[in-house]
Amino acid sequence: MSDENQVDSGRRGLLVATAAAGGVAGVAGAGAFVATFEPSERAKAAGAPVEVDVADLKPGEMKTVEWRGKPVWVLRRTPEMVASLKKTGSDLADPKSERNADDLTPAYARNEHRSIKPEFLVTVGICSHLGCSPSPKLEAGAQPSLSTDWQGGFLCPCHGSTFDLAGRVFKNKPAPDNLQVPRHMFTSDTRIVIGKDEKGEA
Amino acid sequence: MAFHETKLPEDAPVAQKALSWVDDRFPLTKLWNDQWGKYYAPKNFNVFYLFGSLAALVLVIQIVTGIFLVMNYKPDANLAFASVEYIMREVPWGWLVRYMHSTGASAFFIIVYLHMTRALLYGSYRKPRELIWLFGVGIFLCLMAEAFFGYLLPWGQMSYWGAQVIVNLFGAIPFIGPDLSLWIRGDYVVSDATLNRFFAFHVIAIPLVLLGLVVAHLIALHEVGSNNPDGVEVKENLGPDGHGVDTIPSHPYYTTKDIFGVACFLFIFSAVVFYAPEFGGYFLEYNNFIPADPLKTPAHIAPVWYFTPFYSILRATTSQFMYALIIGVLAYGALIMTKTQLPSRQKQAAMGIAVVTAILMLVFDAKFWGVVLMGVSVLIIALMPWIDHSPAKSIRYRPDWHKWVYIVFGISFLILGYLGVQAPTDGRTLVAQICTIIYFGFFLLMPWWSKMGEFKPVPTRVSFKPH
Repeated sequence: MSDENQVDSGRRGLLVATAAAGGVAGVAGAGAFVATFEPSERAKAAGAPVEVDVADLKPGEMKTVEWRGKPVWVLRRTPEMVASLKKTGSDLADPKSERNADDLTPAYARNEHRSIKPEFLVTVGICSHLGCSPSPKLEAGAQPSLSTDWQGGFLCPCHGSTFDLAGRVFKNKPAPDNLQVPRHMFTSDTRIVIGKDEKGEA
Repeated sequence: MAFHETKLPEDAPVAQKALSWVDDRFPLTKLWNDQWGKYYAPKNFNVFYLFGSLAALVLVIQIVTGIFLVMNYKPDANLAFASVEYIMREVPWGWLVRYMHSTGASAFFIIVYLHMTRALLYGSYRKPRELIWLFGVGIFLCLMAEAFFGYLLPWGQMSYWGAQVIVNLFGAIPFIGPDLSLWIRGDYVVSDATLNRFFAFHVIAIPLVLLGLVVAHLIALHEVGSNNPDGVEVKENLGPDGHGVDTIPSHPYYTTKDIFGVACFLFIFSAVVFYAPEFGGYFLEYNNFIPADPLKTPAHIAPVWYFTPFYSILRATTSQFMYALIIGVLAYGALIMTKTQLPSRQKQAAMGIAVVTAILMLVFDAKFWGVVLMGVSVLIIALMPWIDHSPAKSIRYRPDWHKWVYIVFGISFLILGYLGVQAPTDGRTLVAQICTIIYFGFFLLMPWWSKMGEFKPVPTRVSFKPH
């Protein structure tokens, strides 16, 4: 019976088309399940930019705000603090913020003071080593676990990494990178939005 | 064929009638006989052959204790830690159920590592048992996933930061990495969303896959038959009854031996559960008794012991070590070019892949390659059936110096495991790097070393002395 070996090309074509259509529906359905893994609208809202009012911040004072579950520091530096950034340059691992610049330092902060205005430092308070939160040691002068010519900055309690008042990491410390400067912008003289700049949201 | 109801005499026992009624409708007796009752296994099994049934026992312990834990556990970032403490302190006997589950996790890995050692020693992965081995590798991967997802659930500091570090490993993948980490977490940091999805994977998704793989592992084993410490194919020497002359039915012979093994295991297992459930911080890490705090990292993060050999390989991959790896990859390409009988096109392809890999090793940073090496170090065992070219399956009939190769490999693996729980120093990193090279060298050079040397003649019958 040669009939049994004959392929009905019309039926075969329809079979292929049906399988293809079913396959498309299957892939689209799988896509929906994959998409459920994306951050939900609520998580995105919680990760939205936050606005800080710095009008009440006196020179030399620091404020911590939470953005995406991480502490973000806003430090209003005194002129002396800004001047200290010139002295630390030679002891730093990456004084010009060139390493991982796209992630750590937006273009407008790739300067000595790592900020838009020299006065205001905005940085994520998470050490680039293993993610501890460093402690502020803003006062200059010799202190326990700090160098004798300490100019003020931050000390990570976990493994002793130190950072200057622009969040730049000192040489020969466990932390490889400077503290991250998040994308931010001034909406007025005293209001800063963290997590968003002229180019869009981080 | 028409349905045929088996007729038993009127005075047959009720149980026999019931079984017959079932057997006419479902192959119950046949399944039992095929899979165990009349499964003829080699008579020369030794103590290494207990770990298969013990692994099955621990799987049952994990599933049963897991079900009871889920009845009181709350997969919510605000409630999870407290619900685990609630199980420990207020649920009657809850502490026992939880300690059985946490000790069971470590016991599972001890048993599985010994089960794999057995396979390595006696060549149990060799033809025709390749698929048994591959299903086994799949089971091992599922176990690792179970352990990783499960470890987040208590929502302690190590849970939280361990998950943070592991999920961030995916961030090292070029181009898609950061988005991939975000997708896995479902949030910008490890959060409630992450906890919920890990819970779903731990209690339903992975166990389903795991059970399927275990069934496939056993069906494949009972299809081709067990290997044995001599590596002799017992099916090649059949007796008049059609079974191998060197085989005995699993029931009752191996049933009784396995029950003895279970008794010994439960003795040790209970001792740990009742007297040392934390096992000095190795089974339950001390930092995990502190609730997860996203703003503060513990000073020293180490994975649980069963992951540490692979974690050491990850940490050993520093930017200096990349140069050693590049030389290694190019040398391996040259080895394939000169020392194989492959068709020249395959040789050129192998060399091309080696050169491209070497170039990519210069392009992408060491962090990414550390992740790659860690993944490869787990998956490379899947190649065993095809890279072992030894004429003898069992270590017993291999050249004596092969035993030293296995011992050096085993010691390197243990050193990697030890270093993984220690904080890194320059000296330790160097040792880890040497062990990493030994680890990969063992597998990658196996096609050559496994057939070198003077092999002993493999007997036609298994060596067995009745007691």
